[in-house]
Amino acid sequence: MHAVGTISGGVALSLMGFYLGIGLTALIRALIGYDPWHQELAIVIGFVFGLVGWLMGIGMWSQWGREWFGLKTYTPHMGGWQRYFMFNHDHKVIGIQYLVTFSVIFLLAGFLAMLMRAELAQAESQILTNAQFNSIMSLHGIMMVAVAVAAVIGGFGNYAVPLMIGADDMAFPRLNALTFWLVPPVAVLLLLTPVMGGLETGWTAYPPLSVVTNQSQVLFNLAVITFGLTSILGGLNFIITIIFMRAPGMTWGKLPIFVWSMFATAWLALLYTQGFAVGLAMILLDRVAGMSFFRAVEGGDPLLYQHIFWFYSHPAVYIMIVPGFGLALEIISHFARKPLFAYRYAVGGFLGIMGLGGAVWAHHMFTSGMPNFLHGPFMVLTEAISIPTGLVFLAALGTIWMGRLWLTTPMLFALAVIFNFALGGVTGIFLADVPTDIHLHDTYFVVAHFHYTIVGGEIFAMFAALYYFFPKMTGRMYNETLGKIHFWWMFVGFNVTFFVMHWPGIQGMNRRIADYPDSLEPVNLLISLTAFALGASFLVFIYNIINSWIRGPVAEDNPWGARTLEWQTTSPPPLHNFPRPPRVVGHPYDYGVPDSVHGVFDDEPVPPPAHAPAGAPAGGGGGGG
Amino acid sequence: MAITFPETHATHDDAARMLAMRRAGLWLFFFSETILFGLLLAARFFLTGIEAEPLDQEVGLAITVILLLSSVTAFSGEVAIRKGRQKAASWWFVATIVLGFLFFAGVAYEWSIAHFSRENPFGTVFFAMTGTHALHVLSGLVMFLLLIPHVIKGKFTPTNYWAVQAVVMYWHFVDVVWVIFYPALYLVQGVD
Repeated sequence: MHAVGTISGGVALSLMGFYLGIGLTALIRALIGYDPWHQELAIVIGFVFGLVGWLMGIGMWSQWGREWFGLKTYTPHMGGWQRYFMFNHDHKVIGIQYLVTFSVIFLLAGFLAMLMRAELAQAESQILTNAQFNSIMSLHGIMMVAVAVAAVIGGFGNYAVPLMIGADDMAFPRLNALTFWLVPPVAVLLLLTPVMGGLETGWTAYPPLSVVTNQSQVLFNLAVITFGLTSILGGLNFIITIIFMRAPGMTWGKLPIFVWSMFATAWLALLYTQGFAVGLAMILLDRVAGMSFFRAVEGGDPLLYQHIFWFYSHPAVYIMIVPGFGLALEIISHFARKPLFAYRYAVGGFLGIMGLGGAVWAHHMFTSGMPNFLHGPFMVLTEAISIPTGLVFLAALGTIWMGRLWLTTPMLFALAVIFNFALGGVTGIFLADVPTDIHLHDTYFVVAHFHYTIVGGEIFAMFAALYYFFPKMTGRMYNETLGKIHFWWMFVGFNVTFFVMHWPGIQGMNRRIADYPDSLEPVNLLISLTAFALGASFLVFIYNIINSWIRGPVAEDNPWGARTLEWQTTSPPPLHNFPRPPRVVGHPYDYGVPDSVHGVFDDEPVPPPAHAPAGAPAGGGGGGG
Repeated sequence: MAITFPETHATHDDAARMLAMRRAGLWLFFFSETILFGLLLAARFFLTGIEAEPLDQEVGLAITVILLLSSVTAFSGEVAIRKGRQKAASWWFVATIVLGFLFFAGVAYEWSIAHFSRENPFGTVFFAMTGTHALHVLSGLVMFLLLIPHVIKGKFTPTNYWAVQAVVMYWHFVDVVWVIFYPALYLVQGVD
């Protein structure tokens, strides 16, 4: 019985489930008189059974499922590296599991981008066929979207949120472990798509092509639906954790700003992720069950898919960027050694993005043929979202203003978030505006804009947080010089690559196409070369992280002198986070406020109240620093 | 609203806090599911407007009544647990399972006599909506089946019966979804 609860147990049970599902499908079809073999149906049912088998085998059965039948559950305790390869409830282990998994996926998908740029360096076809290009482009898209959705939320959200609010773990630790272990089947399915014919539809999977294309589309749909489950259950867990697991004294006005951003994000993930899953499930029904949601011949409507898809996938970009903003503000405040400016406005900005985010989706569809009367409202609503975003920028710039900036690697990355996202935001205006969007739709301008917001915003924030939390996670310090080399290399490479990319977009160069007019060759060659430079910058990062993790100098508990709770415990923290339970008495960002502390531990005397009222508007007093 | 617990430290050993968290978590799950069903409902009106193929109104009314009754029996079972009557509760849950199964069979019957195919747009949304809902009914039935042995063994006390509450709440939720789906599929008819 103890074999169940390991990766090998999970693989064995998932294979058994897969073949059982296929067999049952064939049996039932034979019994009711159909042709027993329907390959796509067999894949779908086999995957569902295989997924259940995988989860049960990896440890859900022994730690959770036995309870449903009134049996005793048992939880193995393992130390060392083995704890990362099991159904582990510890949020810190899960956070690192997410981070390592998605770092690998990030590098793989980045490598795919290099292949695309190699093909696009010259016009016409050189190293890739059109089908290979489509497959690589689609895989790059969906893998990077997965990284953007899960690396920061699953990685830093899981790792840092319980520590920051002074909890011993997430609200539902077993559910948390479940969300992570849903990811490996997703990765396996996506990596199998090239051998099943290769994806053709891009990550957006628009019908009618996705209904009629090869069978890799089925794997893609199953993978993304499963991944959606991760996102939804993770969001649910974060909301409950943040509402119920805060330490005594951790009022809403004293929550670290990253926790606030995760709160807004979690609602978006909980309420919108269904859109993608429902849309893809409809495609599966069209393909497998012969329905006609999107078959125009039968009376279906492909436009329905675009509405449902963007109903999720526009909020998805806020799922990606809002925690990135949160991390950037968090880090900027700690390294500017100043109270976070306009804390309450920043919180209002996050909640505003959360509220408006679900009402702007059709700005992706200005050229789709949807009714014209929808154009105006969606244009106005989309541009209105710059108001809450502006509040976040207000907080960031106000904190930097007159601050004594300590330009470590995390701070450089955090400042770059603000710089890059400003450019991404400005180019967004042209895409939100109907007249300009009609021209720019589906060109490299969109690619440049999107990469500026998500890579320049969120991925830079992810690297900021990777360096920021590295000493906390590993107990060792990274190499600051190499970190700075990585930053400047990546920052320059990124900005040249994607800033130049606006130009062929304005010239009308179509995205997602392996070829382009000859006249655009010089600029594409430049983009390709700088893209390779950008890709090479991650080699510095890989070397620095691996080397520092193994033999870096031992880090202090609080190398940054930060005030928030996660830095008041040991590096790395013990199993239940705090040796003594914390209590919160002051604002997290009152740097320079005399006698103010954020958290105290229970056998210490509580200091007298700080001079500034906790959570005062505009970040409280900044005097005395 | 007791949404904060300022006086105590947040741990998983605190039964009252755990119950509050689980309850809130279940509600969030319902919100999330609402979007799923809501999108299907939206697809129904997007694709076919208020047009509908004729359905067997008697079957529709019968299964709706059956499902509503099953919510009553499920609730009665929960009340019985709260009053400490384990045996009565298990019979109420058996009744719920029977009614739920009857509903399921009713949907299957409606599918078998449908004169329209699933390639027709109304057929597409009809089969997708009733199918998704029926899958939820089926999962509710499985949960009740898992619950009954615990009830018979007397695992639940009048103060500690979260699993019962959760399953019954889920059952009510599935019922409410049908209360919306039923008029959207059976009662909304196109104007000639």
